[in-house]
Amino acid sequence: MSYLEARERFNQTFDGAFLWLFKRLRVFIIQVGEISGFASKSIRLMFSRPWRIQELFSHMEFVGNQSVMIISLSAVFTGMALAFQLFLGFKRLNASGMVGSIVALAIFRELGPVLTGLIVAARAGGAMAARLGTMRVTEQIDALEVMGIDPLQYLVSPRILASVLVMPLLCGVFDFISMIGSWTICIHLLEMDEAQYWERINVWIKASDIFQGLFKAALFGLFFSIICTHRGYNTKGGAAGVGSSTNRGVVLSMVMIIIIDFFATNLIKIFLDWKEVLLR
Amino acid sequence: MNEIAINVSELRKTFDGKDFVLNGLNLSIPKGKITVIIGFSGTGKSVLLKHILGLLKPTSGSIKVLNEEITTMTMEHLTKFRQRYGMLFQYAALFDDLTALENVLFPLREHRREISLPQMVEIAKRRLLDAGLDEKHFGKIPSEMSGGMRKRVGLARALALDPEILIYDEPTTGLDPVLTEMVDNLIASTHNLKKGTTSIVVSHDLYAAFRIADNVAMLDAGKLLLFGTPEDFLHSDIELVKRFVTKGVHRKVESQAHEKLEMSRE
Repeated sequence: MSYLEARERFNQTFDGAFLWLFKRLRVFIIQVGEISGFASKSIRLMFSRPWRIQELFSHMEFVGNQSVMIISLSAVFTGMALAFQLFLGFKRLNASGMVGSIVALAIFRELGPVLTGLIVAARAGGAMAARLGTMRVTEQIDALEVMGIDPLQYLVSPRILASVLVMPLLCGVFDFISMIGSWTICIHLLEMDEAQYWERINVWIKASDIFQGLFKAALFGLFFSIICTHRGYNTKGGAAGVGSSTNRGVVLSMVMIIIIDFFATNLIKIFLDWKEVLLR
Repeated sequence: MNEIAINVSELRKTFDGKDFVLNGLNLSIPKGKITVIIGFSGTGKSVLLKHILGLLKPTSGSIKVLNEEITTMTMEHLTKFRQRYGMLFQYAALFDDLTALENVLFPLREHRREISLPQMVEIAKRRLLDAGLDEKHFGKIPSEMSGGMRKRVGLARALALDPEILIYDEPTTGLDPVLTEMVDNLIASTHNLKKGTTSIVVSHDLYAAFRIADNVAMLDAGKLLLFGTPEDFLHSDIELVKRFVTKGVHRKVESQAHEKLEMSRE
């Protein structure tokens, strides 16, 4: 291959890659715009009549009450596993007394909201996408529109609001149950001093640690419900489309929860530092 | 002279900016009559229907429904305006977690809040009986119903708010000949029961169109090819209409022969 041919091929490959990247970026920007429009309209409709109180409570029951068992089960084992692993690590440093407080810090700030978000996004978010997707392909959403009912207000707004309201409660349940798991392991299996265990937690954990976790859980609730309802609401192409919407909704929600967690943690840290400076 | 319920003028619609699904369509649908819209697949029937319902915005043109321009209506106004429509979907589109009675109650609960629940239930039951559904099926959910029962519930739901315009989207597609005839009779009897209601039926079934229609509109390539009575269609010189009529009659004869054969086998 001559130099000119190689250069021509390189140029073509480079142009192709650039075009591909540009197209993907364009699709991404369009999708973000679509989701933002969908979310802003749905949130606006939460505050306009008719109030959908019955639907709201029904979705709160579905997202919240029906997730308690799975959240509790995950929480107790997370707390136990984390306590055990930290004990093994800290024992080498002769700091096993710190296990309780570090578990509490990790659970309240990070693991509680993130794991609750991931579990509920998979369970309730998937169900939301599948339900709305099925309603779309069987023309039930069109039927609502033709009946003079705004489908966004009837189907989407209550689901988003229910998720935002219920996620902090579920996160609280996760925090509480996982601390029970940690306590069980530390006190009953590893025979640590109970007074020291609670005293360290009391010294190390501030109310803001718990509240930032609850706030993040509400944020995750907002994001997964918007993503999953958006996917379900815009489903195309029959049963296969419903499957694809559900899959994409859940996967995107989970990835977004992890990404948002990073930014939210940093922003909360900046906010808390700023507050401290102001209060000084 | 007939009053006009829906007036479509110079309606054009393109989804990709190049091909026009509706290409300067003009159509006037008279009030209080059954108008059947027919045409080959892809001629723009469903797109026209969505425009009449305000589910799609046209690229250009005007649609006046009951003397109100719907292309320029705000979303809030349009949502309210849609209470004047009733629609029977192709597969009924019933809410699958609600029973037959609850499905019919649904629009009443949303839009007739001034009346009490027992009164609503009374109206819903009457609509279901009008649509020919036996009382013993009122508590069934859609997955427990046959295709015919679902159509009846769908029709009862469409009638719940006493609409001025009733729209049937391909009501007989995919049904066997017996059920097709049942649905046709249902459309005709509903129209007789609700005098003054304008009925629009979008269909492929020419034979059914001739049985129930006061007027037939045939679309081709996004334009109105012919509008007239069923007799006008039978005697039309337009080649495409002739082809459609011949095919329709052939298919009906074939289907009747097939039906007879099945019966003799049984």
